[in-house]
Amino acid sequence: MSSRDEIFASIRANRPKVERPLPTVPFFDADRPASLLAAFKESLERMGGLFLDPPAAGDVLAPVRAKIANAKVVCSTVPEIAGNRDIAGVGAPRELADLDFAIVRAPFAVAETGSILLSDKELRVNAVAYLAQHLIVLLDPADIVVNLHHAYRRPEFREGHYAVFHTGPSATADIEGVLIHGAQGVRSLSVLPLARARTHATD
Amino acid sequence: MSASPGMLHPELLDQHDTDSIHRHGHRLDHAEGASKPLRSHREPQPRGAKIHGNRPVDQAEAAARFIAAPEHEKMHDERLWDLRQKRDREMHGIPEWEELRSLASAIKEHTLTHLDEYLEQFEANARSNGVHVHWARDAAEHNRIVHDILKDHGAKSLIKSKSMLTEECGFRPYMAAAGIEVIETDLGERIQQLDNEDPSHVVVPAVHKLRTDVAEVFAKTIGTDPDNSDVHYLAESQRESNRPLILAADAGMTGCNFAVAETGSVVVCTNEGNADLSANVPKLHIASIGIEKIIPRFEHLAVFVRLLSRSALGSPITQYTSHFRGPREGGEMHFVLVDNGRSERLGLAEFWTSLKCIRCGACMNTCPVYRRSGGLSYGATYSGPIGLIIDPTFNARKYSNLPFASTLNGSCTNVCPVKINIHEQIYAWRRELVKRHEVPFVKKAAMKAAGEMLSRPAAYRAAIATADFALAHLPRFVIYNGLNAWGKHREVPHPPKQTFHSWYQANRGDKR
Repeated sequence: MSSRDEIFASIRANRPKVERPLPTVPFFDADRPASLLAAFKESLERMGGLFLDPPAAGDVLAPVRAKIANAKVVCSTVPEIAGNRDIAGVGAPRELADLDFAIVRAPFAVAETGSILLSDKELRVNAVAYLAQHLIVLLDPADIVVNLHHAYRRPEFREGHYAVFHTGPSATADIEGVLIHGAQGVRSLSVLPLARARTHATD
Repeated sequence: MSASPGMLHPELLDQHDTDSIHRHGHRLDHAEGASKPLRSHREPQPRGAKIHGNRPVDQAEAAARFIAAPEHEKMHDERLWDLRQKRDREMHGIPEWEELRSLASAIKEHTLTHLDEYLEQFEANARSNGVHVHWARDAAEHNRIVHDILKDHGAKSLIKSKSMLTEECGFRPYMAAAGIEVIETDLGERIQQLDNEDPSHVVVPAVHKLRTDVAEVFAKTIGTDPDNSDVHYLAESQRESNRPLILAADAGMTGCNFAVAETGSVVVCTNEGNADLSANVPKLHIASIGIEKIIPRFEHLAVFVRLLSRSALGSPITQYTSHFRGPREGGEMHFVLVDNGRSERLGLAEFWTSLKCIRCGACMNTCPVYRRSGGLSYGATYSGPIGLIIDPTFNARKYSNLPFASTLNGSCTNVCPVKINIHEQIYAWRRELVKRHEVPFVKKAAMKAAGEMLSRPAAYRAAIATADFALAHLPRFVIYNGLNAWGKHREVPHPPKQTFHSWYQANRGDKR
């Protein structure tokens, strides 16, 4: 008998023979915040993230340009702004070890927690979001869902091979509860609200 | 700053608070961050329980040494109580909190009673996503399987994120003997690895250590300045010393917080992003999964993700919640599903619901015994209230003392996000261990006498009156002798002048 068969036989022999129906999970979205963007911003900042306020007029990407002005190595995976390291040319993830900044777009975000989602589709090389010293995320305000119940209905979890919520930067307080940003991954995570170029009229 | 609401040890408050991070005037306390600045003084670190093979672990002995180190005991007590208070704050922010707990419990109970079906579904979906699925009956088989995978790839070094399952399996010692370098990538877990100590808590592995202890460990192992215990310096030094090891590693390993049957996905929650580094930098990713981690669908995952970090740390979510469904392009992914006693536990009528546990540690943070004795005093992989009801399933003799390390106050049960009746199971384990003759004579004789007394009300009343009289008049050495564990490190309460029953008889007895 294989280990697999033994484990299944043991489960079937020991499984409690009691009725335990699977409950339906509500969306818990009765109290939607008036502004999902404002709620997202508040949650993000609580979790140590930075919200980049777009300028009232002029270049919407100005806050991003200011951040990367003195950076040596920038890898951008978005068409809105150029970097100097092409992700398409990256062979092994460790080639990204010298990145100062990575710039990506989030397919959606969650107001409740201040999380942005990233998947292998946007990242191309998943490690880019962890090996860079800092991460900048573009987010369309129309792509914010109210809470995690809505978030987990999204297709990203069923399509790609990797999907991850980032909620603020890499953090720890394993020593005496002192909060540290940049534990092992990025030292900062900034989010700039910026509508994406729409290709489908159905949106 | 002088106010310190809710502090157990106000003297720990750091009046200067130079370490903290602010946003718009608010002091941040997300992740494991303490809600108040705390400061300790150097003191030698008390070590954990002394292990003598299969002999019962003397938790009380190790706890006594922890209590004898007041800087450690106070900081530990304060930090965990702070996590508990942050948890309460988050709970009050969510009107549906109790409904979420009920849902979480119901989802887990449903899944556990259909575990074979969901495991089959998970396995089939993982395989169709291109994942290699392995099954391990026990710890030894788990270690062997992982070793074989590493050998197949000629892998000599492995970076990994924290996993209680791999602790349970004795994975690091096994790999050390096999000549494979294992590098923990979580700060707390790395501290513990470098200090040759087990994690003392399921979520904050080095919570029992002071900054000066960490400075000592790092000075010896990664070459930091032994006199510099600045926390930012220590954390940065660990990051910088680990980064080259991460980049050079041949393989990566993670645990699994939740395994979603409908897609064959593994979900890992970390604050440091170290699971994502471990899984995404090397080509090979191995995930170790306890078979009880299965949940049916993503809609159920939402319930658990909302509860986990709020219960554990009082933070709305972990910084990273990572969903691995299949290998990267050019990469390889392996899932090792481990039983190691879980399927047997499923058959224990009184204890099977302990398998609902999502390892948040809320029961540990709230437990007065755990907070004051330190996780290493339990001498077992799992400490605190959840440990008391899981550890005896691994070894009833070795962990026979643990179910007695509880006041049965029920606080653990009240904070448990999946509604495990922890304190009732602790009590049930005491009964079970007596039945199995795993309880030492003194404890057993005392309990037997108490049991007989409690079953006869008249005898009980007579005994209480006698005991109160005796306590008031006996010399100290009779009360505080080696047979009375309750008299160690605490004063026996002053006996009342009159028992409740005699007071009731005198004052209310005739007014029925």
